[in-house]
Order: sequence, then C-alpha cells, then structure tokens
Amino acid sequence: MTLMTVERIKLFSTRSPWWCMIITVALTVGLTAIFSAATKPDDLSDLTPAVTQFAYNFGLVVMMVMAALTVTTEYRFGTIRSTFLAVPGRTQALLAKTAVVAGLAGIVGEITAVGSWAIAKAIRPDAPLALDTGQEFRNVFGVGLIYLLAAVFAIGLALLIRHTAGAIVVMLVYLFLAESLLPAIPRIGPHIQDWMPFIVGNNFVVAGQLDTGDGPPVIEGLPFGPWGSLLYFAAVCFGLLALGLISAKRRDA
Amino acid sequence: MIEARGLTKRYGRTVAVNALSFTVQPGRVTGFLGPNGAGKSTTMRMILGLDRPSAGEVRIGGRRYMELKEPLREVGALLEAKWVHPNRSARAHLRWMAASNRIAAKRVDEVLDAVGLTAVAGRRAGSYSLGMAQRLGIAVALLGDPGVLLFDEPVNGLDPEGILWIRQFMHRLADEGRTVFVSSHLLSEMALTAQDLVVIGRGRLIAQTSTKSFIESAADSSVRVRGPELARLHSVLAGQGLAVQELPATEDTPATLVVRGSSTEAVGELAGAVGLVLHELTESRGSLEQAFIQMTGGEVEYQAGGGAAPASSGLAVPAGAQAPFAPPGPVPAGAPGFPPPGAVPPPGAVPPPGGGSGPAATRETASRGGQEGTQ
Ligand SMILES: Nc1ncnc2c1ncn2[C@@H]1O[C@H](COP(=O)(O)OP(=O)(O)OP(=O)(O)O)[C@@H](O)[C@H]1O
Ligand SMILES: [Mg+2]
Repeated sequence: MTLMTVERIKLFSTRSPWWCMIITVALTVGLTAIFSAATKPDDLSDLTPAVTQFAYNFGLVVMMVMAALTVTTEYRFGTIRSTFLAVPGRTQALLAKTAVVAGLAGIVGEITAVGSWAIAKAIRPDAPLALDTGQEFRNVFGVGLIYLLAAVFAIGLALLIRHTAGAIVVMLVYLFLAESLLPAIPRIGPHIQDWMPFIVGNNFVVAGQLDTGDGPPVIEGLPFGPWGSLLYFAAVCFGLLALGLISAKRRDA
Repeated sequence: MIEARGLTKRYGRTVAVNALSFTVQPGRVTGFLGPNGAGKSTTMRMILGLDRPSAGEVRIGGRRYMELKEPLREVGALLEAKWVHPNRSARAHLRWMAASNRIAAKRVDEVLDAVGLTAVAGRRAGSYSLGMAQRLGIAVALLGDPGVLLFDEPVNGLDPEGILWIRQFMHRLADEGRTVFVSSHLLSEMALTAQDLVVIGRGRLIAQTSTKSFIESAADSSVRVRGPELARLHSVLAGQGLAVQELPATEDTPATLVVRGSSTEAVGELAGAVGLVLHELTESRGSLEQAFIQMTGGEVEYQAGGGAAPASSGLAVPAGAQAPFAPPGPVPAGAPGFPPPGAVPPPGAVPPPGGGSGPAATRETASRGGQEGTQ
C-alpha cells in the first residue's frame, strides 16, 4: 500500500500522464461523437454498443505509451536508482508501479468506453444502444480490462528495453505491423493470427458480435471464447511483465 | 560502519573494481580517493545495491543493502544530483521518497530547510542550478536521518562557498557519530575534509590509513639551502652522503642547493659544524597532488598524452613526467606546462573552516644558518 502511494505521487507529480489521459479520452470520445453524428439515418440500426467502441485502439496506444513512459523516464533520468535506493526490493517496487499505472489505464479505459457509448446515445437517442445482454456489457465495459492489461504489456516491454524511443518504436511496430502483417503470410498466417495477443484480446470485447465493418474488427473462428481470450491475453501481458521484472532484478540499475 | 570484502566488478572485459577490501568507521569522515575512472562511483553503487558485484560483498552495519527494511532511515546517499525527474518539484521528489520509507511528511520541510531550498521547493527540479541540485541531493540523503552517509564527488562543480558549506556539513555529520564516506579525485580536497582515507587506483586498494599519515608518507620533502660559499657547502653536504643538486642562479633567485631526504635540522647542523654562513634554509614539501600521483603511480586510468587529460583534475599526469626536483619558490608568470607543486594551490584548495593552516604544501623559511624551520 505504501509503495502504491509512492507510485501514485510519482505518476501525478509530472504533467505527461495528465496529457496522455486527456488525449485518450478526447480522441476516443471525440471520434465516436463524429462517427455517431455522421451515421446516416438508414444505418442507424447498425449503431450498436460495440460499434461505439470502434476508436478504442487509438486511445489504447496512447495509454500504452504513457505506461511505457513511466518506466523509461525513470531510467532516462536516473530516478529508477532513487526508487531502488528507497525500495531495494525491486520486484515489489515495480509491481506497485504496475498496479498503479495499469489501474489508472483501466479506469481511463472504462471512462473512454462509457464516454463513447454515452455520447453516441446522447447524439443518437434512437439508435439501438441499450445495454441488455452480457455481450453488450462486454462490448463496452470490456474495453477497460483491455486497457489495463495492455498497460501491463507496455510496462513489461519498457522494463526490457529501458529506452523511451526504443520501447515505443518496438511497441508501435509490433501493434501496427506484426499483428496485422503476420496473419497475411500464406498458409501459416491464419494460425499465427489465432495467437496474436492483441487480436485475441480484442476478441474478448467483440466476440459474438456480427462484423458490420464499423466497430472493432471481428475475426471469426478464434480458438477461445471471450473469457478464454481474456485469460490468454492476460497471460501474455503478465508473462512479458515477469520477463521485465526478472531483467530489472538481474541487471544493474 | 561499511565493510567491503573482496569487492569486484567487471563490465565485460573491463575490471572496474578489483578485489577491494576496506572498512569505513563511524564518527569520522572517510575520504574515498582515486583518479578518474578508478572505480569510486562503481564501488558506491555496489554498496547501495544498485550494481551487483561480480565477486565479493559489501555490508553496512553487518547487513547488505538489499536486506535493509527501510533503507533511507539507515543509509543516505548522494550519488548523482541529477537523479530527479526534471519536471517534478523538489518537494514532490522528497515527498515520494519519504513516503516510500514511511518518513513523516514534515521531515520533507525540515530537510528542505536544512539545505536552504525552502524558497524554491515548488519549482521544477530541472530548472535548478548545479549547486541547487546538489543541495537537493543532500536533502534526499538526509531525509531518513540515517547513520551512514555516502557522497560521490559532492563538491564537483560547486563554487568555493558551496564547497565550504558541504565540507562543514560533513564534519558536522561525522561529529554526530555518523559514518560519512565521501569520494573525490582531489587529495587536496580530502586533506581538508577527511580524517581517514581509502585510496584506490584502477579499481585496486592502494592504501587505507589516516589522512595525516598518508600525506606524511606520500609527500616527501626537500631542503633548499643557500649561502655565500655554495661550492663548499655542496661538498660538505655531499660528503655526508646527502643527495644534493645545485640549481643555477636565475634572474630572481641566486644559485641554490636542493637536498633530498634530509631535514632543515640536519642540514643546518652540518653547515654550523663547519662554520658556514647560510642565507636560506627552507623545507619544501611536495604538493599533495604530486604525492597522490606518486602513490597511485601506474594506477592512473587515463594518462596524459596528446592533451587528452581532463584539465580540471590536474591528476592525470604520468608520475615520471615532472622534473625530479620541482623548483620551489615563485613561478615565472606564464610558465608553460603543469604548475610546479607548492607554487599554485591545487584546484579546490580553499582554506579550511576556522582559518587553520591546512596540511597542503607548506614552506617555512629561516633566513639565518643554524635557525631551524619549525617543520
Ligand atoms: N556501466 C558501465 N559499463 C561499462 N563500464 C563501466 C560502467 N560503469 C563504469 N565503467 C568503467 O569502470 C571504470 C570505473 O568507473 P567509475 O565511474 O566507477 O570511476 P570513478 O572512480 O567514479 O571515476 P570518476 O572520478 O571519473 O567519477 C571506468 O573505466 C569506467 O569506464
Ligand atoms: Mg565517479
């Protein structure tokens, strides 16, 4: 608990997390507002809760950058040494950081999700946006969990790479190139796709949803159902974090 | 108390610290002296558990740093003043450090006050001058009121006032019974600050002694003697088996003899015994920096050559590069090269607090034969 207080002070005593949070919310909610307003009356029946979340990946990237920055700036400015001087149990210190940062990302994720849904409902009260089924709840509230786990992923990666530029480049290349290009490889591509963590994580949010081409991409025939997908995604994220923690413990600060 | 046993650190093929063993006692300021690249910072990082030793270990009060429950309450360290997020205020930085070791929040204001940063505590640390950053680093070190304090080159880049302030601060901390371990690459600075010395070169221990005996054993003295019958004086002294060298007359000094390995007493008595009149009888000590270079000898990491030596340290001069007899006395202005020892105070040699004369290069002159220098 003490350590989480420490990480909270650290996180909020600089300005960049605030900017990242504002950008995340503004981006997703703003895009959803434009999208909702631009939907033709004929297509209104397609404006489902899942579709209001079409922009969540943009905010997700910003939150992942913020999470990575909380680690890499500590290495950049040497405050990681101050941290380890104060708390020589490195794993504890970094777990506390992960809890605070990923928790915050989760909260921001929920805010973007609910905000996007609410703004769509406010702009288009006639659209079928009621949250009735479990699937619809998952479509909206599931987004926060993906944010949380993605932040864990980003922290793990940042602990391994340590440099801001390096960590962010690797992260973006992975998200935008690896996850979308590898599945394009003939024959084995589709099998690789089944195990790409962010594709599987996304499946938790959208599983069961019809692919209308508007919402987050829906890929049929993934090996896991929604909750299995979430577990798999969580396992990958925490696996990467574990590698990061081992690296931080082994290497000189 | 800090105890290092066989402490070794390798970075790839460089051996930064090599089987280093030493002890740092409480209640005194212990200097950690070595030329640039000797491994001082690396050793400090290992003491603090930031770097993992390749071999050996170091304990603080019998325990490794990793084993300390709330380490800031036991060990305070200033390694680099810049270990602060530039966009965070000094107060926020201290606040999170205090929270991590469950140190009362009001202690933050106390230490800010102690180092004189209260007025600027809300400003972003990135805007601080070097001296302010250094003070913030000291505030961090003092935060948990620890019994053991480590400072890595705390006076680097500070103005004389700041240097004096830090020096007095460390004396006060030691007087309170704390263990104070402070590194420097300047013996002249350590001579004024530390009672004990741990001297290293190229990662290896060269000496662990009191500062006084290190300086005495290191700085060998010579005697300048001059009189109207110089040739006779020369043969009398040489006849006693003393190493005598004659410095020819220059524009502002008459011809003088320099006797090594003797004392003003011995030379004065020899001259008196044969009834020789003396016009000068002076003892001159080699400067501390020269002594340091001699002691660390081949252990200097970066030898001067092609002007690559860091100009500020004045240390990276190969031991053999200086004339065996450094001419004492005033140097002609604009003399080329390294200033002769004893002529110019080495960088950082500020008079110690209280105005007492430091052990740095001292010369005493007696104008008559038979009279003795007091040293
Ligand atoms: N992280 C590192 N990786 C590789 N080599 C290193 C590392 N840290 C230090 N070294 C090397 O170890 C040696 C000792 O360095 P260290 O910084 O401990 O010296 P120092 O005594 O503090 O010197 P200075 O007076 O310049 O501060 C140097 O040769 C340095 O190049
Ligand atoms: Mg150093």
